[in-house]
Order: sequence, then C-alpha cells, then structure tokens
Amino acid sequence: MSQLVSCRDVTKSYIRAKEQVDVLTGINLDIEEGDFLALMGPSGSGKTTLLNLIGGLDQPSSGSIEVGGVGLQDMSERALAKWRSENVGFIFQFYNLLPVLNAQRNVELPLLLTRLSRAQRQKNAQIALEIVGLEDRAKHKPGELSGGQQQRVAIARALVADPKLLVCDEPTGDLDRETADEILNLLEVLNRDHGKTIIMVTHDPKAAAHAQTTWQMDKGKLVAEVPA
Amino acid sequence: MSLFGLMWANLFRKRTRTVLTLLSVTVAFLLFMLLQAVSAAFDGGGVNVVGVDRLISSPKYSIVDSLPISQKQQLLAVEGVSAVTQQQWFGGVYQDPKNFFPKYPVEPREFFAMYPEFRISPEQLDAFVRTRTGAVAEQTLAEQYGWRIGDIIPIQADIWPKESGERLWEFELVGTFVNADQRSPLLVFQYEYFTEAVESYGKDQVGWWTVRLDDPERAQEIAASIDVLFENSLNPTRTATEDEFARQFAKQLGDIGFIATIIIAAVFFTIVLLTGNTMSQALRERIPELAVLKTLGFTDATVSLLVLGEAILLCLVGGLIGIGLAFGVRAAIAPALEGFIGAFDFTGATVATAIALSLGIGLIIGLIPALTARRLTIVDALRER
Ligand SMILES: Nc1ncnc2c1ncn2[C@@H]1O[C@H](COP(=O)(O)OP(=O)(O)OP(=O)(O)O)[C@@H](O)[C@H]1O
Ligand SMILES: [Mg+2]
Repeated sequence: MSQLVSCRDVTKSYIRAKEQVDVLTGINLDIEEGDFLALMGPSGSGKTTLLNLIGGLDQPSSGSIEVGGVGLQDMSERALAKWRSENVGFIFQFYNLLPVLNAQRNVELPLLLTRLSRAQRQKNAQIALEIVGLEDRAKHKPGELSGGQQQRVAIARALVADPKLLVCDEPTGDLDRETADEILNLLEVLNRDHGKTIIMVTHDPKAAAHAQTTWQMDKGKLVAEVPA
Repeated sequence: MSLFGLMWANLFRKRTRTVLTLLSVTVAFLLFMLLQAVSAAFDGGGVNVVGVDRLISSPKYSIVDSLPISQKQQLLAVEGVSAVTQQQWFGGVYQDPKNFFPKYPVEPREFFAMYPEFRISPEQLDAFVRTRTGAVAEQTLAEQYGWRIGDIIPIQADIWPKESGERLWEFELVGTFVNADQRSPLLVFQYEYFTEAVESYGKDQVGWWTVRLDDPERAQEIAASIDVLFENSLNPTRTATEDEFARQFAKQLGDIGFIATIIIAAVFFTIVLLTGNTMSQALRERIPELAVLKTLGFTDATVSLLVLGEAILLCLVGGLIGIGLAFGVRAAIAPALEGFIGAFDFTGATVATAIALSLGIGLIIGLIPALTARRLTIVDALRER
C-alpha cells in the first residue's frame, strides 16, 4: 500500500499572552492509504491540533506535512482551501451542520465549490445520504434530527466530494453507546468498502477498537503505537 | 441550491428579526421616495409656468406683506407696461381645512384679460362684474365640490375677517372658467367687495401685481425698473417672471428640499446604526458556521462576500419594497395634492438613486461583518463553540 500522509518533525506553537505554548513538539507519523487510525491521549495532549494540521485547517510552525504527495506547509490560504475541498472530509464532535439548511442541502454544500451542474450536485448529495442511510430525511433540518442522524448527515457531507481522507475529531463524543456504535460501524464500512483512509481522535477505547492502528499521544508527542 | 440560495437561507435564520429589519429599511425608502417627490414638486418642476410676457411684482421682503393699491397707477406709467392687475392671497377654509384651493380677490375684467388661458363666457363674465358678492370657479374645482351656478359658497376667513368682525364670507357662484392648459383649481371673487368689506388693515391692499409687457424680451429690464421705482418707498417690490415667482413662493413656505434632505439623512443614519448592529449580532451567532464553510473549502474571500451579499440583499429587498409602496401611495394621494404642489411624481432619477442608496447602505452595513468573517481562522472559531 502506498503512503497517504507523512508528517516530518512537525511542531506547532501558539503565542498566548506573550507566552509561547508548544503544543506539538516533533511529530513523525506515516499513514498508509486505506488505514483506519485512532489517536488517543489525555485532554490537551494535542490530538485536535495534529488532526487540524493533517486536514489542512492550519499550518505547522515547522516541519512538513505531505498528504497524497502534496506539501501542505507552504500553501497559500486559497490553495489550501481548494485542496481541502477536494481531498479531505471533516467530521466533528458537534456535527457542525448549518441549521438553516435541510439535510440534502447541507450535504450539497461542498459541491457548490465544484463545477458540477445543479442536477448533478443534487444527485451526488442524494447518493451520499443513501450511503449513510438517511435518504428519507433529506428534507429535514438539523434541528429536526437526532444527534446520531445529524452525525450521519455530517458524514454524508464529508463524503460527497469523494475525498481519500476522512478526519474525525471525537465523532462519537456526543452520542450514546448504541448510536456511537452505529456511527463507528458506518466509518468501518467507509474504510473497508469505500477505501477511505480515516484518522479519528477519540477518548473511548471501544471506539478505538474499530480502528486498525491506534496511536497514543502525550504532551505534544506520539508516545506509543498501541497494537490492535 | 446555489450560493445565492445559501445567502437567502441565511437571511431567514431568525425570521422575526429579518422581517423587522426589512420593515425598517422598507419604511426608510418609502419615506425617501415621498420626500423626494415633495421636494421635487417644490423645486419648481411641478409649478405651472405660463406666459413669459407677464411679471409678478410682490412685496420685497415677505409674501405675507401687502402692497398699496396706489402703486397701480405708477406701474401703468412704467414704460413698456401694457396692463396691470392685482390679486391677494385670501386663505380661508371651505368647510374643512383639508379642502385646500387658492382663493383670490381680483378685478374681474382685468383678471380675465391678463390670463387669456382662463376661458369664461362673456355672459358669465358680465354676471361676475354685476354681482358684488359674485365668484367664479375653475371648472374642475366646481365639479369637485358639486357647485352649481347660484350656489352660495361659504368661506371662513383666517387672515381676513370682515370689518364687522364676522369671519364668514359668502360668495354666490355666477360662473365657471376653464384653463386651456391644465387643471388649476382656483376660486376668484370681486376685489371691490373684498376691499370694502374687509377689516381695515386689509383695505386697499393687494398681495401682488401681475404686469403685462409689450415686449417679453425686455422682461429683465422692466422688472428692474419697477423695483427701482419703489425701492425707497414704504413698500419696495421684488419683480420676477411668473415661474421665478412660483419658485420663490415655494421657497418661502420653507426650504422644503433642505428639510427633506435632513429628514432623509437622519432616517438613513438610524437605519445604518440599527441594521448594522443587528447584522453584527447575527454574525456573532454564526462564527462557528462560517468556520465550517471555510473547513469545507470556501475561501476567506468567498465567505466574506457571502456575508456582504446578505447585507446588500436585505437592503435591496427592503428598498425595492419601499419603492413599490411609494408608487402605491402616489396613486392614492397624488390627485389630492395636485392643486397644492403641482405634479407629485417620481422621476427615473429618484428611483435610480433609491436603488443605488439601498446598495450603498447594504455595503456599509455589511462591511464590518464581512471583514470579521474574512479574518476569522478556522481553528480558533471551532475551539470557541
Ligand atoms: N489556537 C490555540 N491557541 C492557543 N492554544 C491552543 C490553541 N489550540 C490549542 N491550544 C492549546 O494546545 C493544547 C492542545 O490542544 P488540543 O485541542 O490539540 O488538545 P486535544 O488533545 O484535542 O484535547 P481534547 O481531548 O480536550 O480535545 C491545549 O493546551 C490547548 O490549550
Ligand atoms: Mg480535541
């Protein structure tokens, strides 16, 4: 299998109140295409920060991050935005759907940045909703859906532009056990049957058990690969 | 869905808030249109301009002053003047203050000779001359109030009570005249009767003179020589052509255009403050959503344009509704205003200005939210939720 993500000596520091906070201190990480990787670790260890760097939401203070052979560290804001829209799907703990749009339109949103026709956009959104099993809720607004259903819509939105990589930050953190398992099973299906490479931050060992690889983070470093 | 659809959907995130904001913008533009129309009418566009061979000679300092009847002979003696006749602003109320139309005491034969565009039959003019308390009305005015020959028209005086102290003047309608050019509601009655019956301060006083010239080309020159003639008397005059006079008259009623501009500026200032505040507030609620859009690959520029577009869209929609309402209001009130301020209408320029203003206000209101949206970074915004 070829390599999809490669982090080399990645550091990230923030300046807050004139104090420098070193959040990531030298991360080296390689992720194979088709992997399903879980990132665990105590609160504040830098999991979200690392995930955001790999997803191109932010850029490292030093070091390099390559995804699919493209170096993200030197890209302009505009280029990075375009890269994200084509290459990564994001799934958050609190779903982050737009409350004014119904499920179908939330899913369609990323496609507004493509050249697809209106009809094609609608069709693709519909297919994505079918994959997550929510085609019958297409016209519902987020406020009219349960947490699990909202997360499914968010997953459909992450899928709709057909990216290779899905990054998930505590995707089940706000869900009960049963619903969480449904979501995790769905992610597994996406990984196994649709070939998506998935990086998932989680606090929950049972969630991590769905992954193929688990890394432990502590104080801005990857400390151990936990065998599955 | 399109980017426009996204903008539109965002506008209606809080329906009540949007409707209220829209309403205030709408009302502002309705006001703008109406005030523009009023001030345009007063600026002279709507005031009737007739014969340039006539001058109006009025009191130099104020339209509420009067001139003495004794000036008539002196005016007639001015070289180049072929005829002179007097009028007076009578004011007064017919039944209800909102029944507004001008009423002038006039010298019947002189008046109709001076204004050939007012056509009256010789028989009715004779009757007017013969009847001391007689009056004649412009045709459409008579029709408006259903007056017929022989009717008594009661007018309650406000400026000019009778010598007896009585305020009620009664005139007998003895004829009607038509204006060849346009509708011009007007009631005239005998100056003779007026000056005899009026309270002493009104006797032998006239409001203004209408002066006919042999040669219209010399209007400026003769106007100047009339003013020179009375310059050092107790009653100096200001003489101008009729259309200039109409404009000055309107000006003295108050600088309507200026007042209108002040009101409009105040209204728009308020709108910018209120709507701007609403927009900023609405934006704060949406910071995480805007961060999500950026996450999905919307650039800083696109997100800020979306926010700016919403503000402009809101103002444009409000503006267009306001403009539409203004046309509705015009249809309803223009006939009633016509006799008072002339044509009450919107020019293409007014409509274009209103639309440009709505776009401009949208731009101002949307600017700060757009910049905020542009600057926000994804990771910070997502951490704040
Ligand atoms: N934008 C920022 N500015 C300043 N400090 C930040 C910023 N982002 C993260 N940090 C700090 O970096 C550290 C790591 O944050 P991060 O969100 O990556 O942790 P995490 O492992 O995801 O924690 P959690 O499990 O609670 O989500 C924290 O101490 C946090 O306060
Ligand atoms: Mg985190």
